[in-house]
Amino acid sequence: MAKYLLLKHYRGAPAAVNDVPMDQWTPEEVTAHIQYMRDFASRLEGTGEFVAEQALSSEGAWVRYDGEGRPPVTDGPFAETKDLIAGWMLIDVETYDRALELAAELSAAPGAGGRPIHEWLEVRPAYGVQATATE
Amino acid sequence: MNESLLRELVPAVIGVLVRRGADFAAAEDAVQDALVEAVRAWPGEPPRDPKGWLVTVAWRKFLDAVRADGSRRRREDLVEAEPAPAPGEAVDDTLQLYFLCAHPSLTPASAVALTLRAVGGLTTRQIAQAYLVPEATMAQRISRAKRTVSGVRFDQSGDVATVVRVLYLVFNEGYSGDVDLSAEAIRLTRQLAAMTDHEEVAGLLALMLLHHARRPARTGPDGRLVPLAEQDRSLWDTRMIAEGVDVLQAALARDRLGEFQAQAAVAALHADAQRAEETDWVQIVEWYDELVRITDSPVARLNRAVAVGEADGPRAGLAALAGLDPALPRYAAVAAYLHERDGDLVTAARLYAQAARSAPNIPERDHLIRQAARLNAELRG
Repeated sequence: MAKYLLLKHYRGAPAAVNDVPMDQWTPEEVTAHIQYMRDFASRLEGTGEFVAEQALSSEGAWVRYDGEGRPPVTDGPFAETKDLIAGWMLIDVETYDRALELAAELSAAPGAGGRPIHEWLEVRPAYGVQATATE
Repeated sequence: MNESLLRELVPAVIGVLVRRGADFAAAEDAVQDALVEAVRAWPGEPPRDPKGWLVTVAWRKFLDAVRADGSRRRREDLVEAEPAPAPGEAVDDTLQLYFLCAHPSLTPASAVALTLRAVGGLTTRQIAQAYLVPEATMAQRISRAKRTVSGVRFDQSGDVATVVRVLYLVFNEGYSGDVDLSAEAIRLTRQLAAMTDHEEVAGLLALMLLHHARRPARTGPDGRLVPLAEQDRSLWDTRMIAEGVDVLQAALARDRLGEFQAQAAVAALHADAQRAEETDWVQIVEWYDELVRITDSPVARLNRAVAVGEADGPRAGLAALAGLDPALPRYAAVAAYLHERDGDLVTAARLYAQAARSAPNIPERDHLIRQAARLNAELRG
């Protein structure tokens, strides 16, 4: 088993095929979308492939150290061009192909007009925790 | 309270319940319940016959569960009608349990989880911690695995090769929770080796012992990876190495070579060298030839190239790499090492950096990026 991070982007990813801002959807379409995500997560709990997930606020800032005794420097809110993560899910699956399959399924969440959004998801393998016996 | 004794009894107790007529999944649940009770009761009042105690309590738990479930009435009758069990033959039951838990219908991950639970006696929480997943996730994995094998007859003889593979997976997972899975894999393989007369089980046991014996030297105090050649060999566990060599020699004497015996032979040759320079690389190459012949695995060929590089020089090692897919895990790391030994530091530095980007784990990535940094600093003068 290996862990993969599925990243949903607000911005920074290529445009979705069914690219309509969520505030232009009908309330029913929003509800259907959210339900799809919930069902997806609970189905992965059932298959023993779920590790964790978190939706993230769109408010974010860059922060950095600014020297001894000085407050951290912040930048943001983000300019329009900056990448922005909407949320993530960590899964633990048998193969890389399975990770792709699940990401594709998540990307098919219904959007405007009840049609799949076909949004781009980023799939990133997590490092293992342990070196193998091979030397 | 001896938790490891408790865990050792688990497969035998499950075996007794199954022989009395419980299905595997229910027996397994009942034994886990009994374990929980043992942990509570034993410190105050240790039983004289721990196994008998566990069987009694687990059987009671099983009957309670059956009674509580109205839809299972029919099976309850069936179970009550079963003749009283005879003790003994527990060894055979345990062996069956190994086969069941490694059943080919299970995915490797499910087989591992079920083995740790039903043969190893670990709790779901412990297994979840070791694999860094939520307990609920692991519980689902285990119950799916139990459903998958629910129709499998308990008396079928299984394939030792699949059991051995599952135990090897457990071993390689190492340790991360409060359970050392490598030590657990060794314990289970020891148990299996005592029950069966199979040269590859012995080969795997030898391989595990020889690798495990070197573990204290494999990482520095800061978690940094220490390559074999730089390891402090005084940290190696010589008793465990001696045991591994003995187990291996007995297996090899039977003249039925398998991949785990061949891998163990390589490990034994490494363990045999007092200093890295004394390593018998020529013999190691011969064992890799055997391994390639048995498995035809590209990973074996890659490892063989390293050994050839040591035995016959880096050019020969690079020649041995020819024909292998550069996308193979660790290909770039091996190529980097051989190019460095051949004096081509620029190529080596580039390959180390490339290898670091696709390293399978953090200690290895850090090691490789340090190698690249070292060479680049050298090149800058």
